[in-house]
Amino acid sequence: MADITNTFAGIKSPNPFWLASAPPTDKAYNVERAFKAGWGGVVWKTLGEEGPPAVNVNGPRYGAIWGADRRLLGLNNIELITDRDLYVNLREIKQVKKDWPDRAMVVSIMVPCEEAAWKAILPLVEETGADGIELNFGCPHGMSERGMGSAVGQVPEYIEMVTRWCKANTRMPVIVKLTPNITDIRFPARAAQAGGADAVSLINTVSSITSVDLDSFSPEPSIDGKGSHGGYCGPAVKPIALNMVAEIARDAETRDLPISGIGGITTWRDAAEFLALGAGNVQVCTAAMTYGFKIVSEMIEGLQNWMDAKGHASLDDVIGRAVPNVTDWQYLNLNYVTKAKINQDLCISCGRCHIACEDTSHQAITQEVNGVRRFEVIDEECVGCNLCVNVCPVENCITMEPLAAGETDKRTGEKVSGDYGNWTEHPNNPSRVAAE
Amino acid sequence: MNSKQHMSGVVAGRLDPSDIADNFQDLHPPLSAHEAIVAADRCYFCHDAPCVTACPTSIDIPMFIRQISTGNPLGSAETIFDQNILGGMCARVCPTETLCEQVCVREVAEGKPVKIGLLQRYATDHAMDNGADIYTRAPATGNKVAVVGAGPAGLACAHRLALYGHDVVIFESREKPGGLNEFGIAAYKTVDGFAQREVDFVLSIGGIDIQYGQELGDGLSLEQLQSDYDAVFLGTGLAGVNALQMPGADADGVVDAVDFIAGLRQSADKSDIAVGRRIVVIGGGMTAIDAAVQAKLLGAEDVTICYRRGKDQMNASLFEQDLATSRGVVIRHWLQPEQVNTTDGKVQSVTLEYTSQTDGKLVGTGETMTIEADQVLVAIGQKLETSGLGSPVKLDGGRIATDQNGRTSADNVWAGGDCTNSGDDLTVTAVAQGRDAAEAINDTLKR
Repeated sequence: MADITNTFAGIKSPNPFWLASAPPTDKAYNVERAFKAGWGGVVWKTLGEEGPPAVNVNGPRYGAIWGADRRLLGLNNIELITDRDLYVNLREIKQVKKDWPDRAMVVSIMVPCEEAAWKAILPLVEETGADGIELNFGCPHGMSERGMGSAVGQVPEYIEMVTRWCKANTRMPVIVKLTPNITDIRFPARAAQAGGADAVSLINTVSSITSVDLDSFSPEPSIDGKGSHGGYCGPAVKPIALNMVAEIARDAETRDLPISGIGGITTWRDAAEFLALGAGNVQVCTAAMTYGFKIVSEMIEGLQNWMDAKGHASLDDVIGRAVPNVTDWQYLNLNYVTKAKINQDLCISCGRCHIACEDTSHQAITQEVNGVRRFEVIDEECVGCNLCVNVCPVENCITMEPLAAGETDKRTGEKVSGDYGNWTEHPNNPSRVAAE
Repeated sequence: MNSKQHMSGVVAGRLDPSDIADNFQDLHPPLSAHEAIVAADRCYFCHDAPCVTACPTSIDIPMFIRQISTGNPLGSAETIFDQNILGGMCARVCPTETLCEQVCVREVAEGKPVKIGLLQRYATDHAMDNGADIYTRAPATGNKVAVVGAGPAGLACAHRLALYGHDVVIFESREKPGGLNEFGIAAYKTVDGFAQREVDFVLSIGGIDIQYGQELGDGLSLEQLQSDYDAVFLGTGLAGVNALQMPGADADGVVDAVDFIAGLRQSADKSDIAVGRRIVVIGGGMTAIDAAVQAKLLGAEDVTICYRRGKDQMNASLFEQDLATSRGVVIRHWLQPEQVNTTDGKVQSVTLEYTSQTDGKLVGTGETMTIEADQVLVAIGQKLETSGLGSPVKLDGGRIATDQNGRTSADNVWAGGDCTNSGDDLTVTAVAQGRDAAEAINDTLKR
């Protein structure tokens, strides 16, 4: 059985599945249930500074979008950081860590951008015996209006500054949680590294309005007829998160910075993809909020079964394995030529490939052959774009078949070169690098 | 147990009224809103979809399903009604398993088609339950069109003509509109007076007057209609029935299945409908199935359908055959009736001869068998009542011959539905033919 014990930024856990800082980790009751279910660690829901705790709205905190059969695809929340007393949280953290010493206990913190505020809270957290802290520079709603959360995460200088304060004032590993509500994730990641961060975690939620009630014209979730943007998460944000994780993992400056991958992870497969793109572990929230804590057993077993099947002995065999394959567009091999191929035995004749190609792409799929309804790829027109594959409802019915070197691409009339050739040296590129 | 359940003879109230009510509930209960969304989501929105081609009225099925899935059931209903104003009834009675759902790509792929019929019902019910006012008539043209028969073909034709601004008078032989939708078709397929509600919906467009008790050849002459109206549409259906021709065929207990079904549909209380304890149904079409199943649901102990050919030749769809057997009806093939045996003029049993097909010809083998019965339901086909038509209306195979636009050989006379020689004898086909004839009439009148 594959070994999935995990050490992330020096923090050990029996598996790489942590619950992200969020409602499921707001109190001992939930966290104990999570540990009983098998979660490897938690990031305790964000603590604020001492004093009267944050308050939440008393109406709906969540909005959602759904797929078929009301399957939750995206969740949006306007809940703030913990609305429980700081000392109640600290007591519970200490007790839970004592009771579950093998699990990772990381505490999320968000206090004002003043060194004194961080200096005040860090020893309190350290005293609980927690394994590390996560700086919440991510939440895009509510707290950001007060200069915290994503308001910090959107300014690399602030990220670096606060990270440095924390590193100077605690022995605990510091994980910086990044907001995706920026233009280039590499800059905040570099800032965290410059401040001395032990790791980054991402993504936090994406600023969003999930829907508008067309009777009341209020955004959802509606609080007395008004709505405020919330933070979007769940399966819908996974592709955004994967890209941001990969960008940091392959950035020359941050490639050695540990990354805790977050964003729509619902299954072991999602987790494996994050690990492959460079995440050292993963954090989960929406999937647990949708299905409960039990899903972690599927994640653990599924990951192990896949690793066993592929001969990966430990997580180190998987982590970052896909990173070298993430490249810039300009380095993609332009001599790689594919054609769509439709398996007529699997084709159910829905015609979606045809109409997608005909209306919106390259007119490369027939509707009729010899007067009979039949969908075939016209190699002379097919650019290999893959749209037909993606709209086809039958898995593996349409496949992209690469042409072998020496074969003629019927669209261009040219023979396929077996050599790698990219845009940087392409004749159409005005700033091409002349071949040596 | 009801004391009458095992009584011999033809008896009403074999089951308690509550059991009968249970038995005659909606065969396919409507989809809830969530079920409809889930079912709609299975539609792939095929291009040039096979289901549309298979629908005699060419409803844009992927579009109406998409409209359901986007929360626009009224728009969905409009898509349906634009092609088929009786889309509500067709959603209930169409043999979808041999039409749209048979060719659904998901049937092809998985053996589980999109529930097109139920989705159509969801949309049309929504529109009708909400009193949707969908159609506005074009300005009056001053043209008058006579429609003979207020069944599916006549109603569809009348609606389309009214839409174009023509004034329509429907001449109906019965005292109630709807045709087979009202008098034929098993009760569990169209519950809660749906047929009449649908007629009201069709007529709500305005410009359609129905005159009842008007039968062609019985005070109503086609020649007169031709001279009084700018065009005439014949949608008479098949008013005649083929009678059993054999000894004992006139015995007490031999009943025409069409009459039996009509009686059921028109009764206020099905406990009043008398059925035998043991029933033999002669025939192999939908009428035979509808009669047999309903007889069983009324409490008949043994109901046996006897058909002279094999399973594959039955006009009733496989779905209908399965429905019948699931309700306890026995279907026997390769048996033709030879004689109804009677005592004191009452049916006692039916003697049937085994048959086989030799060189494509059906022949009796000479061997016979007898099934005990106190009632015989005869469903061996209906035929066109030709007496009122006159010689200008040419027939083909005993039905009215029409061109592809529904035009007959008589001047300014069109026809559609079961009375014509084209298409299957289905509600949906009748609607398509009535509608298309209206288009042709409109084109002619515009010239």
